[in-house]
Amino acid sequence: MTKTPLIYRTRLPIRLWHWTNALALFIMLMSGMMIFNAHPRLYWGAFGANPDQAWLEIGNHGPHGFLTLAGVTIPTTGVLGYATGSDTAFPPLVTIPTHYSLATAREWHFAFAWVLAIGWFLFGIYAIISKHLWRDLMLRREEARLASLWHDIKEHARLRLPRGEAARHYNPLQKLAYLGVLGAGIPLMILTGLAMSPLMDAAWPWLLVLFHGRQSARSLHFICASGLALFIVVHLAMVVLAGPINELRSMITGWYRLPPEHPAAEDAA
Amino acid sequence: MTALVSRRNLLIGGSGLLLAGCDRITASPTVQGVMAIGEKATRSTGRWLGAGGDALAPEFSRADLSPVFRVNGSVHPAGADYAAHVAAGFADWRLVVDGLVATPLAMSLAQLLAAPQRTQITRHDCVEGWSAIGEWTGVPLGLLLRHAGLSSRARYVVFHCADTLMGKPYYESIDVAEALHPQTILAHQLNRTPLSIGHGAPLRLRVERQLGYKQAKYVMRVQAVDSLAGFYGGKGGFWEDNHDYQWYAGI
Repeated sequence: MTKTPLIYRTRLPIRLWHWTNALALFIMLMSGMMIFNAHPRLYWGAFGANPDQAWLEIGNHGPHGFLTLAGVTIPTTGVLGYATGSDTAFPPLVTIPTHYSLATAREWHFAFAWVLAIGWFLFGIYAIISKHLWRDLMLRREEARLASLWHDIKEHARLRLPRGEAARHYNPLQKLAYLGVLGAGIPLMILTGLAMSPLMDAAWPWLLVLFHGRQSARSLHFICASGLALFIVVHLAMVVLAGPINELRSMITGWYRLPPEHPAAEDAA
Repeated sequence: MTALVSRRNLLIGGSGLLLAGCDRITASPTVQGVMAIGEKATRSTGRWLGAGGDALAPEFSRADLSPVFRVNGSVHPAGADYAAHVAAGFADWRLVVDGLVATPLAMSLAQLLAAPQRTQITRHDCVEGWSAIGEWTGVPLGLLLRHAGLSSRARYVVFHCADTLMGKPYYESIDVAEALHPQTILAHQLNRTPLSIGHGAPLRLRVERQLGYKQAKYVMRVQAVDSLAGFYGGKGGFWEDNHDYQWYAGI
């Protein structure tokens, strides 16, 4: 049985950005959860504080954690609101720092916001100039058809991933996920983050018009961060399904072995 | 005797080690040095974007007011002096303006009320994340400082307060540019009624392009200085000294 060929799939700038961005995203999510712990309630509109109606709240009654979403309360003891002897909204295991410090969390959040924003900006320019955006990320006309997307959704649901020559390129759902992070997720995080700064609201008042007020921006910041967290979970699951060693090698060295057309061949390879 | 190490204990022990490792990273002086660079970059960029000048914080209409403006931090200063001022309706209370000024002032509440006023409906943003909108009326701080003859050597303005928090005196400071900003006022009214004790009676600072912990309540003395080093912990404010909050609170 012959091995399928190794192909050079991931160029250096993509690999560099992937890992810096992964680090920045993890730190932003973890320090962000600590910042959320300082006031674990979300509102719509310009203002919102304890006397006002929150659409989402994470809290605890004694040792019983809860999450209230649009008036529906779900017990979350052990995960949210109360876990490992701590009564913070997000438990110490997932926050930076582990124990309550709004000041430290803010320092980390604002330092790595630069890494996230500068990385995103430079990679955006690279993706345009190198044509990575058009060649690898944008959906081809035939891929963008509803029938084709539906087919791809069904294939993913059956955990059937492209093999052989078809694995040379990103598949349509993969493209949409990456485009979503690059084109919507990260820029939305940056803009809603800036909209929460009283300084930036003075400098760029249009931020508040765009997001309908500071507390709406804070809610959108949280929702968008949840979306990115969900992306990371699915992304890691897909890496595991597609073959973690091969996928990791391609994101570290750039070289990727095309999965053989028939899964059986893999055992021999 | 079954397994000495249960899965549960292993998980708790393992996550404990992981947590201890993370905390060692956050406590390292090198890491804190890198974080300080981030903070400086954020502050300089903010200035550069024009907000260091006269860009105004957004103002709202009465329809946007918070139904209840939350009270937090100090809610009632302790001590006989403050109690006596409350009992006398602040009749003998004086605001001292001194430090690097040509003519130090001691102004009564009546004098402050007779001075030119500014009213602004602005959003108060707590560092914790919540916001409340209120209508503030007061005397522009720049007016008082100019009236006292602010020295060109002054770089900061320190606000000494009547309250203590967690046993320590509350104070705050801002730079001169922020002090002279048109929306920086010493407010004596919230929503067209004299400040309640909870909101900082008789006088509190409003510095609208910064977070809530800068909005010192119970202001007794305004002091123009060239350095913050000599005051309390030297970092320019109660939260800065005791809880590592950033001195510049524009973000």
